[in-house]
Amino acid sequence: MNLDFSQIVPSIPFILKGIGATLQFVSVSIIVGLVLGTILALMKITNKKWLKWPADIYTSIFRGTPLILQLIIIHFGIPQLFEYDIPVFMSAVLAFGLNSAAYVSEIIRAGIMAVDKGQIEAAEALGIGYRPMMFNIILPQAWKNILPAMMNEFITLTKESALVSTIGYMDIMRRAEIVGAQIYRNLEPLLFAGLIYWVMIFILTNIGSWVERRMRQSD
Amino acid sequence: MINIENLTKKFGDNVVLSNISTTINKGEVVAIIGPSGSGKSTFLRCINLLEQPSNGHIWINGEEITHPKANKMEIRKAIGMVFQHFHLFPHLTVLENVSYAPVKVKHLKKDFAEKIAKEYLTRVGLMDKMDAYPNRLSGGQKQRVAIARALAMDPEIMLFDEPTSALDPEMVKEVLDVMKDLAQTGMTMVVVTHEMNFAKEVADRIIFMDDGRLVEEGNPNNFFTTPQSNRAKEFLEKVL
Ligand SMILES: Nc1ncnc2c1ncn2[C@@H]1O[C@H](COP(=O)(O)OP(=O)(O)O)[C@@H](O)[C@H]1O
Ligand SMILES: [Mg+2]
Repeated sequence: MNLDFSQIVPSIPFILKGIGATLQFVSVSIIVGLVLGTILALMKITNKKWLKWPADIYTSIFRGTPLILQLIIIHFGIPQLFEYDIPVFMSAVLAFGLNSAAYVSEIIRAGIMAVDKGQIEAAEALGIGYRPMMFNIILPQAWKNILPAMMNEFITLTKESALVSTIGYMDIMRRAEIVGAQIYRNLEPLLFAGLIYWVMIFILTNIGSWVERRMRQSD
Repeated sequence: MINIENLTKKFGDNVVLSNISTTINKGEVVAIIGPSGSGKSTFLRCINLLEQPSNGHIWINGEEITHPKANKMEIRKAIGMVFQHFHLFPHLTVLENVSYAPVKVKHLKKDFAEKIAKEYLTRVGLMDKMDAYPNRLSGGQKQRVAIARALAMDPEIMLFDEPTSALDPEMVKEVLDVMKDLAQTGMTMVVVTHEMNFAKEVADRIIFMDDGRLVEEGNPNNFFTTPQSNRAKEFLEKVL
């Protein structure tokens, strides 16, 4: 079997640096996705059509087209349209953040809708206003549905993050490809990159299961 | 005092309440009975504006709550409601369930609201459960907490929508007993119920509804012994 990892040893630190790069843009994307996704979710659950519509259209577009297409359109479209030479980090965060917001908004909306309607009625009958009802009664209950699904979204995001290598962002994947080109052996660096992704996802998945168990216990 | 004049409620083309007029006096206990789907819940829910009436007027103590400029939140503070399925807040303890609205809505100090909450929990016999979460309670206990929660807002009127219909038979009495006590304190109560014995014993007046109409009303003795309408006669034959 022709498999030789000895040649990538000197390049291991170079590839490992990609972990930081990956985590950095993934975490910023998650924050963008959370903030925008929460706003979109709140727009969706109102009964005001002019708020609901834009949020629904947004979600439909970002969930209905491939992420890699969104990434490439943002990275190459913005320079063409606005004559602004967008840094790869920004393109990556924009594409992943905007895309994630669509999914996050659905997770939050579904989590809120799953709360028994009687809770709203009970709150209304007590004269509790919309905001305290939302923040003290509905969201704490929706949270149990939201959090496990949200952990899944973060895991998917981390896994899909390798797409940003296509626009030249120096993440784990991109670094593995560069090393491959240097040593004329692609398989070994890619297997090593795969191992890193697997460990990261393994850790996230375990955190996710732990969160899910905690949520179920508090039932 | 609640004055209701020509109350009509439609859902789309479906007329669920048509032209209901009646007056409920202070301290009066009114039992609303009638077949399922006759509009009893909707009638009750119009009184605290959980449903917006399509037509007609409702006044509470002379103030028109169906006025377009009426403040729903202010109105609801004075009206307690108890639901068939309790709707306790599952993530709050029993004490928090009862003290939450007095703090948030009436802006009472937390200790003071808790003191009041404990008084009402004592009154419904559940002081020992104050730190429990609702999922640890039986149905009857949940409903008694729900009653305490409504009472803690110090309402002038209490609405009950089939408060014992979701309970196991052995728990019906404990809830009805709490309601009887409440009736004796002079609370104005409107109770949708299938408990005919409770209606006979505790209510000052029966309202019989059928098909969205107030078909007949009168004191329990007359109503149960000599109902006037055929609809009421048929209904009583079925349930008694
Ligand atoms: N939110 C609603 N939307 C549409 N129809 C409703 C709604 N609420 C009640 N109804 C209809 O109104 C009628 C009366 O219902 P309800 O007041 O619940 O009767 P009851 O409490 O006497 O069983 C029923 O036919 C029911 O289907
Ligand atoms: Mg009903």
